[in-house]
Amino acid sequence: MNKDIKKNDSNHLDNPEQTTLIKLINVTKAFGDQVVLKGIDLEIFENEFVTLLGPSGCGKTTTLRIIGGFEIPSGGKVLLNERDILEIPAHKRPFNTVFQRYALFPHLDVYENVAFGLRIKKDKTDKRSKAEKEAEIDQKVMKYLNMVGLVGFERRSVNKLSGGQQQRVAIARALINEPRVLLLDEPLAALDLKLRQEMQYELKEIQRNAGITFIYVTHDQEEALTMSDKIVVMNEGEIQQVGNPEDIYNEPINTFVAKFIGESNIIEGIMKDDYLVSWDDKDYECVDYGFKRNEIIDIVLRPEDLDIVERGKGLIDGVVDSVVFKGVHYEIDVVAKERIYTIHTTDYQPEGKEVSITFEKEDIHVMEKW
Amino acid sequence: MFKIEPIKQERKAQKRKTNVAAFLGIPYYVILSVLIVIPVILIVFYSVTEKVNNLYYRFTFDYFVMFFKEPIFLKTLWNSIFLAIITTFVTLAVGYPLAYVIARRTPKVQALLILLVTAPMWINMLIRVLAWKQIFDMIDTNLLGTDLAIVVGMVYVYLPFMVLPIYTVISKIDPLLYEASADLGANNVKTFLKVTLPLSVGGILSGVTMVLLPAATTIVIPKILGNGKYLIGSLIEDRFLKAGNWGYGSAIAIILSLIIMLMVFITKRADKNKEVEKFEDY
Amino acid sequence: MKTIKHISRYTFIGLVLLFCYIPIASLIIFSFNESRSLTRFTSFSLKWYLELFRSQEIINAVVVTFVVAILATIISTIIGTFASIAIAKHKRKLRNTLLSANNIPIVNPEIVTAIGLLLLFQSIQLQRGLFTMLLAHIAFCVPYVILSVYPKVRSLDPSLQEAAQDLGATPLQALRHAILPQIKVAVFAAAAISFTMSFDDFVISYFTAGSTTNISIYLYTLKRGVNPTINALSTIMILIITAVVIANFIRTNKQVKGD
Repeated sequence: MNKDIKKNDSNHLDNPEQTTLIKLINVTKAFGDQVVLKGIDLEIFENEFVTLLGPSGCGKTTTLRIIGGFEIPSGGKVLLNERDILEIPAHKRPFNTVFQRYALFPHLDVYENVAFGLRIKKDKTDKRSKAEKEAEIDQKVMKYLNMVGLVGFERRSVNKLSGGQQQRVAIARALINEPRVLLLDEPLAALDLKLRQEMQYELKEIQRNAGITFIYVTHDQEEALTMSDKIVVMNEGEIQQVGNPEDIYNEPINTFVAKFIGESNIIEGIMKDDYLVSWDDKDYECVDYGFKRNEIIDIVLRPEDLDIVERGKGLIDGVVDSVVFKGVHYEIDVVAKERIYTIHTTDYQPEGKEVSITFEKEDIHVMEKW
Repeated sequence: MFKIEPIKQERKAQKRKTNVAAFLGIPYYVILSVLIVIPVILIVFYSVTEKVNNLYYRFTFDYFVMFFKEPIFLKTLWNSIFLAIITTFVTLAVGYPLAYVIARRTPKVQALLILLVTAPMWINMLIRVLAWKQIFDMIDTNLLGTDLAIVVGMVYVYLPFMVLPIYTVISKIDPLLYEASADLGANNVKTFLKVTLPLSVGGILSGVTMVLLPAATTIVIPKILGNGKYLIGSLIEDRFLKAGNWGYGSAIAIILSLIIMLMVFITKRADKNKEVEKFEDY
Repeated sequence: MKTIKHISRYTFIGLVLLFCYIPIASLIIFSFNESRSLTRFTSFSLKWYLELFRSQEIINAVVVTFVVAILATIISTIIGTFASIAIAKHKRKLRNTLLSANNIPIVNPEIVTAIGLLLLFQSIQLQRGLFTMLLAHIAFCVPYVILSVYPKVRSLDPSLQEAAQDLGATPLQALRHAILPQIKVAVFAAAAISFTMSFDDFVISYFTAGSTTNISIYLYTLKRGVNPTINALSTIMILIITAVVIANFIRTNKQVKGD
């Protein structure tokens, strides 16, 4: 349904010079009768932080595992630098994974966990002396432990570490192999809020400094907005929208994306003409165009784009119905004639007050009906 | 002055609590001391004393000396240990792959296979050994009495004891670890050597302990399949029930126990590094 | 490539299972043999089963085995369960000493336990027979009961008993209503283990039963040539055990599905 109208296909929008690293072409996957991926087309560039975002069961983890080689697609192709890699088993692909449950080896300490990938490689034809090889491993392990802030933890048992520490060991263990791509499967899900936010920042830093492509899976839209260069919104096995955080947030392509990302007021209306939209018997100037005359469409008004002003001074009149303090802002519901509008504002308004809602024409986002 | 009262009451309540508990334990303490501890003491006692003129006991090491002097007894001891070790190796060689293969099936199949492998354990051991006697009779009667027959019988009886602990340990390995290992570049063989095998060592040691000791001390199998061949267990049986020579029998039992304690000790040492937490649980 | 792996794996399992069950199958088959032979099957006959029920010796042995097993199980389970509760309440040093002592019959080779008990009974001039056999069985069953029940008792929430007493229960009532229901499963498992161990026991019974015979001793001391009567006995036992094992398997599967 979304394939005919390629709006917001920012695959090549921002950086036409970016080289494509991974391409998924019409990838499908079914587990028995259950179809989990319905045809995924995706391009991932070098040095990009890509997030696969969506609710549970949308297929994002399956997509990640297919890229990693832990699942075999039912159909379609997976290309790395234009080469088909489906035949290549997981342990031979130049990717590394940070698992959601960390999967640290309980019988090895921190040092050996991190060094694991290097030791595996070590067994191949390398003519250097044992001491030399060992020294190189040691240097690398310490470098990556330093990168994740775990110097001094080398000989600790991994079972005794906290969640955040285990997470960082998992990251070091993956990065030390200097993969082309790092696959991360909801790695921060088990951490508490503060730690999660810290780690989000750190991960972004690491990605930028290491110059590796990150493919990140999460259901947390805030996380996606914070860290990504490109967000791929998925639902029910299909890609809904691909774009950078601003585009996804400001120009959701359909109701699903609009509902999933950020809060919104979603209103059904008519596109009377280019730059002219209408709902609840009122016309408004807007900045969208290209729809058919009088086409039925969905409109998104972000709560933080709406303001509450004195009666008569705004666009839509109404009465304040509920006021909830959310810390950063108040969430205020205003009952207008046809519907309730949710507004985020830092100004307090008492319940029952007669007010008016106002917004700019740029705040009206028109989407095709989903 | 009036602070003394509450303390007294608390002590009384504490006492009442522990009293009931201690009360419950009395039958067990009796059994523990009479039926478990005293027999051990008696074995030691009889092994180092000799009744003189039916009157008094004289301390002596004679029985131990006798044992070590007679070459046939040392040979018997050696045979028993040797056969037990062979049995252990065979059960490990068959049991480990079996446990590994079973652990990789789907849970339902796993349960079924484990059931099939361990169900024979519930059947009386004598019945199972006699069954093998009948089979050996069918194939070639001369097989009875050979070391082969004894080892086959022991492997048959003790195989489930090796499979179960290894299977339990392997099935508890987080499957995500296999993926992590592959993710880090290890193929199937390397993953087995570097992840599965180290993590299953506890199970192997458990299995070895549960096979080696009984195999070394069994009396049923050598008698029925070995045509009454003498192994250390039979020796003890003989000295006790037929010759009535308790001193001697006790001495042999003590020697056996010491050797076994040594083997268990070595096993525990190898296992110590990984199993520290388990012991604290208990 | 994958199918080769598959085939070889299942062949291996198949061979092992064959190894495990051929003796049992042979036993069962020959129990229906017309002739006395255990090596050549002539024709189908149920006569050995009739022999079985006519043999006073065998019937005695079976009765003894059952009586001892049932009594030993009941007594050991009760004593062991109470002991587990008692031990759990002690201080760590005493607890560990008791548990170590408890391990003695488990760690010792059966024959050592057997001769120890023999020496005990002989020293106090206790005539060896049914009673001594029962005592011996209790002696080796109780440690296994404790092994099964104690960890469960240990893992209980300590505030349970306090909660019960807070609500007015005497220590005894707290025991009955708060603790015992919680450890029910472990107690039943312990009883099952005890019964099996007692029923199947040979070595310890052999040394401590004097002239009394249970099934295992009967089979061991068979002088007059083996005949298919034993197979008949074995087959019946195998059938009963199979039925129990299958019933248990179905029951545990049902429970899992129920969750």
